[in-house]
Amino acid sequence: MNVKIKTTNLNLWYAQNHALHDINLGLYENKITALIGASGCGKSTFLRCLNRMNDLVPSAKIKGTVVIDNKNIYDKDIDVVSVRKRIGMVFQQPNPFPKSIYENVSYAPIKHGIVKKGKECDELVEKSLIAAGIWEEVKEKLQAPGTSLSGGQQQRLCIARTIAVQPDVILMDEPTSALDPISTEKIEALMLELKKKYTIITVTHNMQQAARVADYTAFFHLGKLIEYDKTETIFVNPKEKKTEDYITGRFG
Amino acid sequence: MKKNINSNFYIPQIEKRNRLARRFKYTTLAAVILSLSFLGFFLFDIVKTGYPAFQQSYIKVEIKFDEETASNPYGIFDKTMSKLISRAWLRSLPQKIAKNPQWMGTTQTFWALLNAEADQHIKGRLSRLDDSLKIKIEELLLKEEIEKRLNVIFFFTGDSKIPENAGFYSAIIGSILTMMVTMTLAVPIGVMTAIYLEEFAPDNKITQIIEVNINNLAAIPSILFGLLGLAIFINFFGVPRSSPLVGGMTLALMSLPIIIVSSKAALKSVPASIRQAGYGLGLTKWQVTKDHVLPLAFPGILTGSIIALAQAMGETAPLIIVGMIAFVPDAVTNITSAATVMPAQIFTWSGMPERAYIEKTAAGIIVLLSVLISLNTMAVILRKKFEVKW
Repeated sequence: MNVKIKTTNLNLWYAQNHALHDINLGLYENKITALIGASGCGKSTFLRCLNRMNDLVPSAKIKGTVVIDNKNIYDKDIDVVSVRKRIGMVFQQPNPFPKSIYENVSYAPIKHGIVKKGKECDELVEKSLIAAGIWEEVKEKLQAPGTSLSGGQQQRLCIARTIAVQPDVILMDEPTSALDPISTEKIEALMLELKKKYTIITVTHNMQQAARVADYTAFFHLGKLIEYDKTETIFVNPKEKKTEDYITGRFG
Repeated sequence: MKKNINSNFYIPQIEKRNRLARRFKYTTLAAVILSLSFLGFFLFDIVKTGYPAFQQSYIKVEIKFDEETASNPYGIFDKTMSKLISRAWLRSLPQKIAKNPQWMGTTQTFWALLNAEADQHIKGRLSRLDDSLKIKIEELLLKEEIEKRLNVIFFFTGDSKIPENAGFYSAIIGSILTMMVTMTLAVPIGVMTAIYLEEFAPDNKITQIIEVNINNLAAIPSILFGLLGLAIFINFFGVPRSSPLVGGMTLALMSLPIIIVSSKAALKSVPASIRQAGYGLGLTKWQVTKDHVLPLAFPGILTGSIIALAQAMGETAPLIIVGMIAFVPDAVTNITSAATVMPAQIFTWSGMPERAYIEKTAAGIIVLLSVLISLNTMAVILRKKFEVKW
């Protein structure tokens, strides 16, 4: 099993607020890793460190390394755009661009030069929508606005959009928390399908979801990584008292 | 209806509270009615005063052309008629003769422009005409040798010291040219500034100071922009005074803060999730801004710009300072010669002693108001049209 992403002594401050404390974590290739913990524990912040989305927060200061494929993405010679191209992201709220379904998927690949406009692009759009399990629902209305879809469909469209850029890693920030149970089920099935090709790291508040889909689970508490292990171990036989308390619902 | 005091839903002071709420509602309603009635009265008065200016009286005359008429057009008519016919019309006769040499030796019938005093009398307004002339006019009206027509002069000639010959045309053209200068300067600079401040600028002290100052600039008395234009554009850079160029540049200075503030607000209202989505896909800042943020902000930017331009169009004070109050009989054709604009023309007419200028002033206001109202309506329509359903 390959370690795809390795963080070493990762610290993050939002102005004076020390949000992440010395996170050392190795995330495995082609696995789903769930990050769990109470609100404000730093799991989303950690996720956003992995594709440098925290760069957009002016007050954020980061120390430590995030090594992906033997390269620290915080090195000076790395362009943040190339990081985000290889490490895609799906957000909590479905956020399709206010453009057509087709353009939602095709925009970024064209800009990255992955495909040219025309047949090549059509194929990529179709392939991505198929991979995101939404092709059958939208193939008749590719020119309809992306925002005309239901919430669950929009989220799968966002996944298709992410896949189209051909990343190695997909980060998911509570991808189902704004969706109904049926849409959630579809997304979860999709995640299991996607892990064959991609490394997936997901943040979730839903313990059952972590148990259902994740191979590995990391428990965060107050900016610290408390425990990281195989999901079964975390849920059945946690080593730390805090993990057990959280999982059994005693806090959080 | 009598309240059941024993009911569980009875609250002792509820009546008093409801009364207060009602009173407050009626007070606010009264404020609306009061302001509407002011507006209504103003509009009614302007239209009542101004609409006669869109008509002008003409008199039927016969002229026998010979050498003398060509050399001295003022001597054609007898004393009575000379007091009725516009000097401006007589003055233009030699030109007409020169253009039509075949008239020489013949007698032609014309509808000549009536002068302002006679015109005012026909429109039922106070006039300084002698009683004998008034009787003469009644006779001519009965014979249908005087009639009122649509006042094309008002729309197709420039200003004049002869009231019946004064028109709004040069002011309209001046306004159009000035607005073109303002638009080409203020809109791109303003929108670019807003994009930089909202999307690119680091959030530090300098940026904050700039933003506070821009907000303050939007509230500065417009006459100060005029002084700035005078000091910098005219005195320092030597831009020709009274020209649409300097007027447009001054108004651009004035519109900039408004365009920047409204464009910034439009950009700010674009949901952050759109930017996140873009950055998450590895797009550059420019790609995210240009293709995803700007289209959503576009209706707001457009509306803000149109409203800023509409405001600039109605602005007088800064233009007076840069000399756009000049007497301009002929419409300008380029942006560097002296011109006047609609509000400045209205201001000039409002100070003229002749009574006929009163209705010209009001008519000018009507034209200006119509233009402003259509601009604002256009802003609303365009906003609706381009609004992306989100």
